[in-house]
Amino acid sequence: MSILERFAEGWRKYRKPGYYDEFDYHWAMTIDLDKCTGCEACVTACQSENNLPIVGEKGFAEGREIKWIRIERYWEGEYPDVKLRFIPMLCQHCDSAPCETVCPVSATYHNQDGLNTQIYNRCIGTRSCAVYCPYEVRYFNYYDHHWDSPLDQQLNPDVTVREKGVMEKCTFCIQRIRQAKDVAKDEGRRRVRDGEVQPACVQTCPTQALVFGDRKDPESQVSKSMNNPRAYRVLDELNTDPSVVYLKKVETKG
Amino acid sequence: MQAETKDPQYADIHRDVVRSIVETGPRYYVALATALGVTLLCFFFPWFYQLYYGIGAAGVNHPQVWGTYLASFIFWIGLSHSGTLLSCVLHLSNSAWRKAMYRSAEAMTLFSLMVAATFVMVHLGRPWFIHWALPYPNQMEMWPNFRSPLLFDVMAIGTYLTGSSIFIYMGSIPDFAAVRDRTTGWRNTMYTLLSLGWRGTDSEWHRLHWAYTFLAVLIIPLAVSVHSIVSWDFALSIVPALHQTIFAPYFVVGAIFSGTAGIVTVMFVLRKYIAGFDQYITRVHFDNLGKLLLVLSLIWTYINAIELFTGWYSGASTEHEALQYKLFGYYAPLYWEMILFFAVAPLLCIFKRFRTSFVPMLILSIAINIGMYTERFLIVGTSLSRQYLPDAWGVYVPSLVELSIILGSFALFTTLFLVFVKIFPSISMYEVKETMDIPKTEPIAPPEGNPA
Repeated sequence: MSILERFAEGWRKYRKPGYYDEFDYHWAMTIDLDKCTGCEACVTACQSENNLPIVGEKGFAEGREIKWIRIERYWEGEYPDVKLRFIPMLCQHCDSAPCETVCPVSATYHNQDGLNTQIYNRCIGTRSCAVYCPYEVRYFNYYDHHWDSPLDQQLNPDVTVREKGVMEKCTFCIQRIRQAKDVAKDEGRRRVRDGEVQPACVQTCPTQALVFGDRKDPESQVSKSMNNPRAYRVLDELNTDPSVVYLKKVETKG
Repeated sequence: MQAETKDPQYADIHRDVVRSIVETGPRYYVALATALGVTLLCFFFPWFYQLYYGIGAAGVNHPQVWGTYLASFIFWIGLSHSGTLLSCVLHLSNSAWRKAMYRSAEAMTLFSLMVAATFVMVHLGRPWFIHWALPYPNQMEMWPNFRSPLLFDVMAIGTYLTGSSIFIYMGSIPDFAAVRDRTTGWRNTMYTLLSLGWRGTDSEWHRLHWAYTFLAVLIIPLAVSVHSIVSWDFALSIVPALHQTIFAPYFVVGAIFSGTAGIVTVMFVLRKYIAGFDQYITRVHFDNLGKLLLVLSLIWTYINAIELFTGWYSGASTEHEALQYKLFGYYAPLYWEMILFFAVAPLLCIFKRFRTSFVPMLILSIAINIGMYTERFLIVGTSLSRQYLPDAWGVYVPSLVELSIILGSFALFTTLFLVFVKIFPSISMYEVKETMDIPKTEPIAPPEGNPA
């Protein structure tokens, strides 16, 4: 084929709807709000697994906390009828992510596993992705962080430590996904089985409110979980097409 | 110093402008030293502190990741708008009153763009990689992301900077030649190089005029597009208060408005501190600039009202929350101060007596620029405060480092402008001569200068 024909074919493929749906795996997560107790074990697990910096009390007070998954709390009503709702909020790995289009150096992009990845080496710190993200799940390193001994001994060697000036966010523990894919490849080019890879938050959740897996596999736990009639996605009306599905809490009145 | 009532002659213009370049009094050195000192102390020193410790030195936090640095960047791009844009528009409309002031106005554009570019570097988390935003072939085989509004910015501002530099340089060539003919020594060498062998022949003038008009026609849509593109950094997001189509005209009108006010300030300073310039920059200029300020203020008020109205009319809860926060929230005093300086104060320009008085116009122009800065800050500050998820709402207060850098940026601009005054003829000699009557009894005065 001539260059022009190759270009035309590539263009046609790009413009056909579903171009981005040709994923190898399509990692997704469901969060059952009925089972979530708001214990924040997932927050702690994420912090240990991904070498999240210890920002400190002063940093938290200044609004510079780094929590790749956070439990949002909303209080309703006046005492004694106070009600607390909470929802874990993490990077939704949107298939139409607003953050991906705005990065001037393409430090964030959608990879072939359906993940929204952040490339720390490429990030120049314009912070526009944090502005464009409607879920506010992107966190910036305002300082170089250090871990006082012996906390530096618990750092995960599979995950980089980010320097100041780069943006970071939940990666669905991409290091664990990579590991699982490597193991699967070593065992003879099979696909990663359902339940073989779990991000730290999913692994730690005491009530198993978080379910993670490959959405392309119709038999996986997460696919079945997403068919639940309680399923909804946060800020769905913005058409960001998130990969995280929440299962609405069943409310009882009185 | 000649009395204001006596009309200047051709030779006077040459003499006054060349004198402004060649002769330097102690007041200039004091001003330059102060400006340079404040720049180093208030701009570069806090910036290096921030480079060392991280962006945490600024007051930005989660979710307010863009603070005064972006607001300042937009402010300086806005200030850059009036000089060249106004100069081009008035050139094409053949207005006589632009002739004395457009050179300094264009210089204002150039230096505002340079200061804005430094703000980009201050704002970045890792500015030593800023070159990755430029499309150059590299071993990583990576191009920047052309879908990004921030990259549109880079392209637009780069184009505008190039266009404005060529425009101001080309328009100054005859003046460089005039200064060359009146100076000796190192200045003579410098101006000989800068004037590119200009001889003042008829065909050269003809070609210059053609090229100048060509560039003027080119720069007008360029300038309008630059600030529209900068506004799209905000408008292409889905943040409730930012995602509005009105942003492009809003920013462009605001930019021309603040830039015109900036010109008024600069004209006042030139007039007051450079000997002889008060004959060329007269009440007529201030009168016309005042009318322009009034018109722009009215347009801006209208656009602002439309923004409020469409936000309210949409019925969307996020828009209502954002609007309510803007008007009555934490930053409400700033919002009402902006309304006062932007929408109410320029109405004084209805009165001709106000428009033709120098000091009141200076005060108004400074007030307008303060209002402009507040507006830019509010666009960034109030919208990022209140986004979709209430858990992530937050308030931002600029830190000392940021305030110091803002002050330092004005000093940087002043330093650049002071250097400009000594190199470029800050009033366009040949154009001002076009506005003067040809003397009937005296021959055109021979060039004065040091005897060779």
